[in-house]
Amino acid sequence: MSVIFAVTEQRDGTLRKVSLEVVTAARRLADQLGAEVHAVVFGSGPVSGVDQLGAHGADRVLAATHPDFGLYSPDGFAATVAAAGKGAAAIVFAATATGRDLAPRVAARLGVGLSTDVTELGTEGGKVVVTRPVYAGKVLQRVRLDATPSLLSVRPNIFQPIAAAKAGAAGALTVPAFTARVKVTGIKAAATAALDVTEAPVVVSGGRGLKAPEHFALLEALAAAFGNAAVGASRAVVDAGWREHGAQVGQTGKTVSPNLYVAVGISGAIQHLAGMRTARTIVAINRDKDAPIFKVADYGIVGDLFEVVPRLTAEVKRLRAE
Amino acid sequence: MRIAVCLKRVPDTTAKIAIGADGTSADEAGIKFVPNPYDEYAIEEALTLRQAAGDGETVVVSLGGDAAQETIRAALAMGIDRGVLLQAAGSADGLEVARALAAELKGGGFDLILFGKMAVDDYNHQVGVMVAELLELPCITAVSHLTIADGAVAAEREIEGGIELSGCALPAVLTCDKGLNSPRLPSLKGIMAAKKKPLDVKPVSLGAGTVTVLGLSYPAERKPGRIIGEGADAVPELVRLLREEAKVL
Repeated sequence: MSVIFAVTEQRDGTLRKVSLEVVTAARRLADQLGAEVHAVVFGSGPVSGVDQLGAHGADRVLAATHPDFGLYSPDGFAATVAAAGKGAAAIVFAATATGRDLAPRVAARLGVGLSTDVTELGTEGGKVVVTRPVYAGKVLQRVRLDATPSLLSVRPNIFQPIAAAKAGAAGALTVPAFTARVKVTGIKAAATAALDVTEAPVVVSGGRGLKAPEHFALLEALAAAFGNAAVGASRAVVDAGWREHGAQVGQTGKTVSPNLYVAVGISGAIQHLAGMRTARTIVAINRDKDAPIFKVADYGIVGDLFEVVPRLTAEVKRLRAE
Repeated sequence: MRIAVCLKRVPDTTAKIAIGADGTSADEAGIKFVPNPYDEYAIEEALTLRQAAGDGETVVVSLGGDAAQETIRAALAMGIDRGVLLQAAGSADGLEVARALAAELKGGGFDLILFGKMAVDDYNHQVGVMVAELLELPCITAVSHLTIADGAVAAEREIEGGIELSGCALPAVLTCDKGLNSPRLPSLKGIMAAKKKPLDVKPVSLGAGTVTVLGLSYPAERKPGRIIGEGADAVPELVRLLREEAKVL
């Protein structure tokens, strides 16, 4: 039976949520192609949470264990996946910082094309066909992958994990000898356990309407009230140095697809809308009723954010305390 | 220090994109094209490193149609020494583009080959890494902080919820992220000088590749926006809608 590899990710010995999304996407292809899903787990030792992989559609869970694999090892991971994946039908990665680095390495080593940041997938005539946003989502591109294996990466937060009980039989994957041309030496934590805007279920973003960088405290408080929220920012305030560039949502920043996107004091320039239009629900708070953001907001409030946001924070807090 | 920068001509990020008559590519009519914004970080880094080294050369290489000459001139105006246009129509398969770039860069004696972390048109995030693999060079992607000393690279790159620290030896390939630097604007003197700088045009042919674009479409329109009220008094209604209608609370 042909095999589809799902390349998972862990951090500090715990499986990352995006891994279940990768397995869910791989399962969908496998069901259409009559293939098995083999989930690949890198680590320097046992990784917790791998039992979830079988529950979400992995027929086998293959541990690739090496002293260097507690952190990302670009050359080690690439050598391992390329060796294992040579005869596979497809290899599915996450379009994360790691997956975006790893997938092209494997593609180059196997001499096949790669489709990145996929948001829909299926098969036609036995070939993998995917849809991916281009021009920051202003247009969608449908692409057929003609090579075997077909390589693709899925955008985080799009393929919600779907339960599909499979054996998840544990096994080991051979790690071939490799030369570590790049050595990852560590991870410097951002703010305590900060969620990334690309992965958070709720994103609260601020723009120039906040008037000063210290007023982002209002959004931090709202994000804390939601409990599962990341704080994003418009290009204008990132360029002004108010927020880290990693928080920027838009065409020259990140594309996000949270369940809820709250745009505060953001007018909604085309570059910004491109980065958040796939959010399931959009809330806008802005004093200018003609701001373009209101054209895409499911729920808009016209008003002074300095009054609206604290009230919203209080209401969300109250509700979550119930 | 010899540094190559790979540069792509892309539509300005403020441009509205219309699907062309062929149904598989964007209509270029009326669109303003610019150097890919992430590639500008690569150009700036090359100029800074070359200046700090005291000697060497900076080269910009672009793969594209004739119009990309204008994009290369923009890099020369910023201060890059010379340009190479690999004249080809481009490909949806990043590996084919990488093969053409790698063939040009191979044997060039570059200490560093810099890319933007991605192009804002196709969002492929792949050509820089593939070039490194084809040339068997170390590669660090999405670099937002960089130190080079004694032939070694120390880099920081943003990962979800943190900053990953990594290192490699020169020669190396790096792809550049926002935050690395602030790209300079070309000076008038630079623009004048750019007109006289060498720009080689070399026709190349790309392989057919294994990625076939079947078609482009517009994303589904969101349902029209709705303003539910004014001021803080509208908050209870918003919370009710988020809870009962959108079911996100």
